[in-house]
Amino acid sequence: MQLESMYQDIILDHYRNPHHKGLRDPFDAEVHHVNPVCGDEVTLRVSLKDVNGEPVVEDVSYDSLGCSISQASASVMSDLVIGKPVAEAMTISQAFLELMQSKGSRVDGQPDEGLLEDAVAFVGVSKYPARIKCALLGWMAWKDATAQAMEVAQ
Amino acid sequence: MTSVHLDVEAVRADFPALARTVRNDKPLIYLDSGATSQKPAQVLDAVRSAYEQHNAAAHRGTHLLGEEATDLYEGARATVAAFLAARPDEVVFTKNATEAVNLVAYALSAPGQNPELQVRAGDEVLITEMEHHANLVPWQQLCERTGATLRWLDVTPEGRLDTDDLDTMITERTRIVAVTHQSNVTGTVPPVAEIARVAHEKGALVLADGAQSVPHQPVDVTALGADFLVFSSHKMLGPYGIGVLFGRAGLLEAMPPFLTGGSMIEVVRMEGSTFLPPPQRFEPGVPAIAEAAGLAAAVDYLTALGMDNVAAHEESLTAHALDALREIDGVRILGPDTTKDRGGAVAFEVDGVHPHDVGQVLDELGIAVRTGHHCAWPLHRALGVQASTRASFYVYNTHDEVDALADGIRYAQRFFSTG
Repeated sequence: MQLESMYQDIILDHYRNPHHKGLRDPFDAEVHHVNPVCGDEVTLRVSLKDVNGEPVVEDVSYDSLGCSISQASASVMSDLVIGKPVAEAMTISQAFLELMQSKGSRVDGQPDEGLLEDAVAFVGVSKYPARIKCALLGWMAWKDATAQAMEVAQ
Repeated sequence: MTSVHLDVEAVRADFPALARTVRNDKPLIYLDSGATSQKPAQVLDAVRSAYEQHNAAAHRGTHLLGEEATDLYEGARATVAAFLAARPDEVVFTKNATEAVNLVAYALSAPGQNPELQVRAGDEVLITEMEHHANLVPWQQLCERTGATLRWLDVTPEGRLDTDDLDTMITERTRIVAVTHQSNVTGTVPPVAEIARVAHEKGALVLADGAQSVPHQPVDVTALGADFLVFSSHKMLGPYGIGVLFGRAGLLEAMPPFLTGGSMIEVVRMEGSTFLPPPQRFEPGVPAIAEAAGLAAAVDYLTALGMDNVAAHEESLTAHALDALREIDGVRILGPDTTKDRGGAVAFEVDGVHPHDVGQVLDELGIAVRTGHHCAWPLHRALGVQASTRASFYVYNTHDEVDALADGIRYAQRFFSTG
């Protein structure tokens, strides 16, 4: 069955034990995103720090209600971006978006594991268009919050 | 288990879509008729035949084909009217139920029209927490446009409509009460006739949302007591693109048009225009004769089955579903626990498994259900739920399919290690 190809063990692990979950202080920006089709929602905070003049993601904290894909994706996202320079994290975000839009063409291929690390586990989601928004919910919230945090910094 | 009310095997044979296989070559188990129904060959044939044999612009011209197209359209109107025990001039064809609600909401706020109908600042509009967005958002908009106050009846924890305070919730300032005739989430059938009685005593109009009732139970507009009833063709075996507004004849006569243009005018001059009497007043543009023919064929199909039989068959499936789901640990059914005043929509939660994930597993097994808030977000909040999974039944569903649903839910629980 194809279910296992979407619901890989990594995803189910993150769903049962989400990383970095919970809203924390201090933060530079907070956003609230919703998927109107299903009612899944996420409140997400970002705090940035300055390292040698470059913005770096210090913390991402979030609270959310949603399906296994949306929860696991937010968890994996937080692992991937925390501690990284914003520019690098944005590149990872773009790579993930492209993976989601690949329409299953990369399921049997070699997604860029180096860049995406655990996020490659979501490659199966690209075959189920209805779930793409689930996987992207946390990422879109992080991008929005980070953009707002960068504006505040300037 | 076979049905004593319908020859379900014979019915299923009429529906080409049910022959499909879906994921993993599994046969389709379609439990999403609350979203849209499948169509029997008789409806598809009627639509095709309208285009092949009788296609012309109705109500216009003097040629034979035009006459046939007109007969088709007006014949469909008469068929729908008879189905509701209404008069043909009380049946307006719209695009769907949603448009029909918007038509009424607009008519109550159109400036300079019949003052008796017009809603003003300080007036009240009463709806319920149970409504589908189609019978909710237009009323919010009406209140925003006019300065009227929106009030609503609550939903009880059991998923019934709280009518305890009906006498105080409907006041002398209430202009219209809009209420569902059957919930698309909990299946609840509120006491519309009783609500109408109280509303009329206080001089308020009543609009009933029949999108989930007209397809599934016998509806007589006089017995129902509502001034307006709306429903959609595509939820009752008919094609998309056509719906119905029933309006008491005297009422429609007093209402201004909603969408204007050709077909609904009497005289047009550059300085201004006058409009036809209802129902034509509310039917702008070239009539959708093929869609009307399809809807008429759907009504004929349902009439041949007998709406009492349709309702009894669904009650039997719903009772089976409620029993089967009640047996599963960790499953919570939303809404009434019995089939009394409750139709064939069964929405439920599965502990520890989000509706999307339940739906995904069921999809893998060939079972089509709906997940999310089903266009009834406030209802979900009122029931304390973020989102739900909904199975909805119709004439072509079987008891075996209900068993498959229950098995699928257990499988989802095992897959996510909660069962």
